[in-house]
Amino acid sequence: MVASSLKLQDLIQEIREAKTQAQEREVIQKECAHIRASFRDGDPLHSHRQLAKLLYVHMLGYPAHFGQMECLKLIASPRFTDKRVGYLGAMLLLDERQDAHLLITNSIKNDLSQGIEAVQGLALCTLSAMGSAEMCRDLAPEVEKLLLQPSPYVRKKAVLTAVHMIRKVPELSDIFLPPCAQLLHERHHGILLGTVTLITELCERSPAALQHFRKALPSLQVVPQLVHTLRTLVMTGCSTEHSVSGVSDPFLQVQILRLLRILGRNHEESSETMNDLLAQVATNTDTSRNAGNAVLFETVLTIMDIRSAAGLRVLAVNILGRFLLNSDRNIRYVALTSLLKLVQSDHSAVQRHRPTVVECLWEPDASLSRRALELSLALVNSSNVRAMTQELQGFLESCPPDLRPDCASGILLAAERFAPTKRWHIDTILRVLTTAGTYVRDDAVANLIQLIGGAQELHAYSVRRLYSALAEDISQQPLVQVAAWCIGEYGDLLLEGTCEETEPLQVEKEEVLALLERVLQSQMSLPATRGYALTALMKLSTRLHGDNNRICQVMSIYGSCQDVELQQRAVEYNALFRKYDHLRAAVLEKMPLVERGGPQVDEEAKESKEVAQLSEAAPVPTETQASKLLDLLDLLDGPSENAQHPPPLDPTPGDTLIHLLDLPCAPLPPAPIPNLKVFEREGLQLNLSFVRPPGTPTLLLITVTATNTSGGDVTHFICQAAVPKSFQLQLQAPSGDTVPAQGGLPMTQLLRILNPNKAPLRLKLRLTYDHFGQSVQEIFEVNNLPVETWQ
Amino acid sequence: MIKAILIFNNHGKPRLSKFYQPYSEDTQQQIIRETFHLVSKRDENVCNFLEGGLLIGGSDNKLIYRHYATLYFVFCVDSSESELGILDLIQVFVETLDKCFENVCELDLIFHVDKVHNILAEMVMGGMVLETNMNEIVTQIDAQNKLEKSELIVYTGLFCISQDFSQAGLAGAPARAVSAVKNMNLPEIPRNINIGDISIKVPNLPSFK
Repeated sequence: MVASSLKLQDLIQEIREAKTQAQEREVIQKECAHIRASFRDGDPLHSHRQLAKLLYVHMLGYPAHFGQMECLKLIASPRFTDKRVGYLGAMLLLDERQDAHLLITNSIKNDLSQGIEAVQGLALCTLSAMGSAEMCRDLAPEVEKLLLQPSPYVRKKAVLTAVHMIRKVPELSDIFLPPCAQLLHERHHGILLGTVTLITELCERSPAALQHFRKALPSLQVVPQLVHTLRTLVMTGCSTEHSVSGVSDPFLQVQILRLLRILGRNHEESSETMNDLLAQVATNTDTSRNAGNAVLFETVLTIMDIRSAAGLRVLAVNILGRFLLNSDRNIRYVALTSLLKLVQSDHSAVQRHRPTVVECLWEPDASLSRRALELSLALVNSSNVRAMTQELQGFLESCPPDLRPDCASGILLAAERFAPTKRWHIDTILRVLTTAGTYVRDDAVANLIQLIGGAQELHAYSVRRLYSALAEDISQQPLVQVAAWCIGEYGDLLLEGTCEETEPLQVEKEEVLALLERVLQSQMSLPATRGYALTALMKLSTRLHGDNNRICQVMSIYGSCQDVELQQRAVEYNALFRKYDHLRAAVLEKMPLVERGGPQVDEEAKESKEVAQLSEAAPVPTETQASKLLDLLDLLDGPSENAQHPPPLDPTPGDTLIHLLDLPCAPLPPAPIPNLKVFEREGLQLNLSFVRPPGTPTLLLITVTATNTSGGDVTHFICQAAVPKSFQLQLQAPSGDTVPAQGGLPMTQLLRILNPNKAPLRLKLRLTYDHFGQSVQEIFEVNNLPVETWQ
Repeated sequence: MIKAILIFNNHGKPRLSKFYQPYSEDTQQQIIRETFHLVSKRDENVCNFLEGGLLIGGSDNKLIYRHYATLYFVFCVDSSESELGILDLIQVFVETLDKCFENVCELDLIFHVDKVHNILAEMVMGGMVLETNMNEIVTQIDAQNKLEKSELIVYTGLFCISQDFSQAGLAGAPARAVSAVKNMNLPEIPRNINIGDISIKVPNLPSFK
């Protein structure tokens, strides 16, 4: 690079002197032509300079693919200068989608085995940047050898390259797992960092590897070794070379903490080993600088994720709470993110910080307010719903536009889930529609209509509120649609007398008609809105007294409207007036209650990101069919998809829903109810295990486990269940639909059964699967269910 | 995992772009533009974290950036990286650049982008943090540059010149050396360079500075 700098720098200088884009393009095109010529003619001494220039223009966005072969040539050259540029070019210009990339494999192989550290380093770096699966497979043995090289420089690079290889070709984990234990004892920080990354990657990829590293064999004390290393780092203070603002090697500390988190999760033994250390780190870390805070955050997350002592958890949440009040915005951001991760598992602990979180909503910083919004929505529960909704609606009025849709749908969802009264619910939706009507989702209109329709006592109230809102503003389409529908349905209630819940509103018939006509004619109304208004006008012809001339007039005008939909409606309504007047009253009478469309609730819950944590627990698929007859033969003949798709959510009474929300979704550890083997055929076995969670006497959790000891795989395995009418059954998605042969990974599925009447449990199962090339269907009732499952 | 490292100036001109996942060239340029657009909108006193733009993976990825004078250093990472840790990493990277270039400024990055790539390759490899000890990195870079220099001497036959140097001292034989080099028809030996405030001890081969 040294001798060529003038030319490269001259080029750079020329490019900078170009006054316009066109000039720059000219300069670059001329230079590229030279470069192309020089590649062709082959000037071996200076080709590295040419490639360097090419890489520069590539960064600016100009095409440089013709340099790919030159990279290969330079890599193959014996000179370090050439190799350096060649490898850089390979990393920038080649990737696994180009066919040319495989050609470097041989060069890399050669470079890995010759002895110059710098060259080996280059080869490893390139391999880890753009190595494809084929390349990784070919070169794995070489990299493995380099793990044992004396030079720490090469070893640290080899370890990280191994991580990349495992990502590309998971089977290579077998090669790279054994050296890990040895590498953990290294003193060199670079190698340690790489090793911890490698072990983390291995554990995340395969549960078997995780088990391996958790074992406390004398030869393999991974957790104690990590604890020891971390303790050394924490105790040595700032005397080491790796310190960043007074904290010794915070990067290594953070990596170790992350690995400890993975190892300690759901594992008592490992968690115990780390408890003391975590407490030490949490209390001794200097938090005046960013590096210390990084370590502290990682510690807090680890404490919360493993089976740590209760006191330690309290400490951790308090640390987070303290950080929420920190003046540094970065700290507050990370605190909010961490609390969001914790809100599922430690809901009550996070609730304590609710006021601070709500304050963060008002941050001018968009990143912070977004995080605060997500967290606030996750914190809404039945006791704080009124206060929280108040805050959130205040936020909705002033928040930036990109947060409005999320906020609006979050409020609506929370209202739906926790509304204390129907009137409050209607008020809330109304307020959201008036402040952010254009940002709500399409089904909000249908939901509100259905809600109002169902609350008979509130018809008068709703129609008055909506009328006033509409009279003020006819631009918010969802609001206009709902209002039009309401006025049409309950117009009589609007005109007659007073309603206790709102101020007295004197409305004349002519005003109502005038308003609807305004909506019809307004430029701002969508075609759908116009349709609503037209139908509403028609309905009023039966609801309101007096003659209907005005309405008839409107219908005849719209009989020749340009919009086909409106025209059709108007013509039909006209016909109703003229020829079928005797039918008019019957046709236009009050609508029956619309059936609650279940999937809407599920979709809303699924798509709403903010309440993703809670909604995972709430819309658990309900098998409504299961609540029918006990004789289920015809029931279970339905298409198998029914069991898998989340069917409508049963509107169960408030408390049961809350209980379900609080329970974790994962199967609980087995309670003392004995397991039951219910089915066995040709090596496929089905076992049921039962849990009665202590907090909910009516709930029974059944885990269905399918194991296969035969020689053939069981595929397309579907299990459906049915229970008597008084029970409620919810099937969660199974872990998979294949049970591998020879005792492979069993398939599990969780069933939740609610038994409010404490009736004797009866359970029928239907299995369909393919085994040994045949499809099998089995239906049977489960006998000998233990009494403890329902008493 | 670090998905990309971008350095661009206040007007969005890229000074360094390194991607650790394969993207087509067009997509790379679009990502640079999109990232600049997102980052330049930020105020001075807000936090250093942003959701990633759509092209770079949306809300699964974060942009962690620092603004130094005229340059933005942006690391695009996924959720497995510690945000505060990456902030420190950016700081260590800039400090290392400072050590290698002596009071680094934007011009250094402009004219020595290949060197910046080499330094970065010693810190981050394959999207993962490799080494954070500044001294180690600088030692390694120095060793590699020495290797290059030694090759240059061998391959371009400047052995005689190097002998001149060793006899008369580096500052002692500028004219002789320059003429000798001229005769060898190697135009790349710099006679004067207008690169910011870098001082070159002509006529020896330009030092790393």
